[in-house]
Amino acid sequence: MTRKKRSALAVFRESKIAIAGSILIVVVVSIAILAPWVSPYDPREQKVVKRLQGPQADYLLGTDHYGRDILTRIIWGSRTSLTVGLLAVTFAGLLGTCLGIIAGYKGGWIENFIMRAADVFLSLPSLLTGLIVIVALGSGISNVVIAISVALTPRFIRLAHGPTLSLKEIGYVEATRASGGQEIRIMLRHILPNIIGPIAVMATLWVATAIRIEASLSFLGLGTQPPNSSWGLMLKSGVDNIMISPYLAVFPGLAIMFAVMAFNMVGDGLRDALDPKLQG
Amino acid sequence: MAKLIEVKNLKTNFYTIGGVVRAVNGVDFTIEREKTLGVVGESGCGKSVTALSIMRLIQPPGMIDEGEILFHQKGKVIDLTRLNAKGPIMRSIRGNEIAMIFQEPMTSLNPVFTIGDQIMESIMLHQRLGKDDARDKAVEMLKAVGIPSPEVRIGEYPHQLSGGMRQRAMIAMAISCKPSLLIADEPTTALDVTIQAQVLNLMNGLRTEFQTAIMFITHDLGVIAHMADDVIVMYLGRVVESGTVRQIFHNPTHPYTRGLMNSIPSLAETKEKRLIPIEGVVPDILDVGGGCGFESRCPDKMDICKREVPILTAISLGHHSACWLHAK
Repeated sequence: MTRKKRSALAVFRESKIAIAGSILIVVVVSIAILAPWVSPYDPREQKVVKRLQGPQADYLLGTDHYGRDILTRIIWGSRTSLTVGLLAVTFAGLLGTCLGIIAGYKGGWIENFIMRAADVFLSLPSLLTGLIVIVALGSGISNVVIAISVALTPRFIRLAHGPTLSLKEIGYVEATRASGGQEIRIMLRHILPNIIGPIAVMATLWVATAIRIEASLSFLGLGTQPPNSSWGLMLKSGVDNIMISPYLAVFPGLAIMFAVMAFNMVGDGLRDALDPKLQG
Repeated sequence: MAKLIEVKNLKTNFYTIGGVVRAVNGVDFTIEREKTLGVVGESGCGKSVTALSIMRLIQPPGMIDEGEILFHQKGKVIDLTRLNAKGPIMRSIRGNEIAMIFQEPMTSLNPVFTIGDQIMESIMLHQRLGKDDARDKAVEMLKAVGIPSPEVRIGEYPHQLSGGMRQRAMIAMAISCKPSLLIADEPTTALDVTIQAQVLNLMNGLRTEFQTAIMFITHDLGVIAHMADDVIVMYLGRVVESGTVRQIFHNPTHPYTRGLMNSIPSLAETKEKRLIPIEGVVPDILDVGGGCGFESRCPDKMDICKREVPILTAISLGHHSACWLHAK
């Protein structure tokens, strides 16, 4: 096992893209943690005379329609967006992968029940699913996380279910059964590690989806409540004023793009590192 | 010799949408301790289903409907068909007392773990050994199956091994708990001929060393002649002929067995002599009527063959054939 861990890490380290992505994530996360110290202004401070300014020396990324500093609000917004994105995808990934493997491996009525339930959720847009959950639970950041988890779980179920179906017929699963291994052991040791690659990669992509859903919920007034900020909320309000000052929408959009790109780069590196065929 | 496994009137059926597939339809045979039983037959005749029935690994929609599988274990006799397939007793027999190796060495090892991890896993499932002891044992097993520098190989992944090496690793895994029966389901079919010979010799050597009986499933009669002590010939879910390897090869009596023997090319024959194939194809297993399954292809068919299923009749001591030609 030690040998394997070392070489997986080595493959990850060799990939420049994965390292760049990791550095980007570390930077973004540190900024989010250090927000009170690194942001130039108070995120709620309004200066009516300075509203809708373009980038300049005092306001590096300009100001919004209340005269608040965009850079400051992006820094504070990263806290909400990253928390929601990471937590929602982690919860959905854990739950969805487990359910997907169980459905695929067990078959019969268990599979029918889980997969048809997932189909029902998948037939609705993720935003609508999130909306229904928020309406049922009420707004607030933890409910937003729950809502987005519920919306993303069916995707992980589908993603884990397919390869499990083919893996349960494959030689080494049959061989483990033939050597007296228990079902839970087969699922955790022989199926999970073989499907984790694509799941890890898709999870990094769906962090972006989660950030987007949070943005939409905030726009509808059900997610982040003003005057707090999140990237999604800023993007949506920026779109309203895009004819007057495009920076309002462009900079939060870029923030989302860089964060998503960082997660995708790490996701790709992770996939390569987890593939034993690429390890010497 | 002492009996190890007695299969009596085993019937394993698959309940599909198209109808009931009687994959194993009343099979009887015995495996003696430390002997090799060869199971011959073409694709779909029920060889593998018989093996999986003994392992109790038949998955729905298949199930064992009738019959007994008696396992003689240290003076006790256990009927495997009565055990819970997922229960602790069956799990302790599987892998520990009865182990199995499969046809495809390419897919029989998990690509994400080293072969050492996988051998250690099957050792630690059945034996109270710590990780280091299991590791030593795994090295010892790899050495026993003739893998060079086992200390290095143990840390390698399946894709770094050749097909023959993987099959050796599979064998190492299967015999690591010294099972009393090793079921080998076409273990050499996917290997090329020189490697086949090595693996077969290895298995013969291990049988003596570990005192393991082998149930050897194949469609290759040459391999059977090399490996087996006793042979059963299966056709459409039934045993059509059984006997010692000598009886089957020197005096095949069932028309199907004779047909199989005639379709083996021989280096000694002149080139004018042509191979005689068995006419026709295996009938659809869903359409098997009341008579002998081989009736439609049989050169010696009689009126009774269409109506009644022949039962195994003794030809000589230990040699049985299920054909109306020999019924008295």
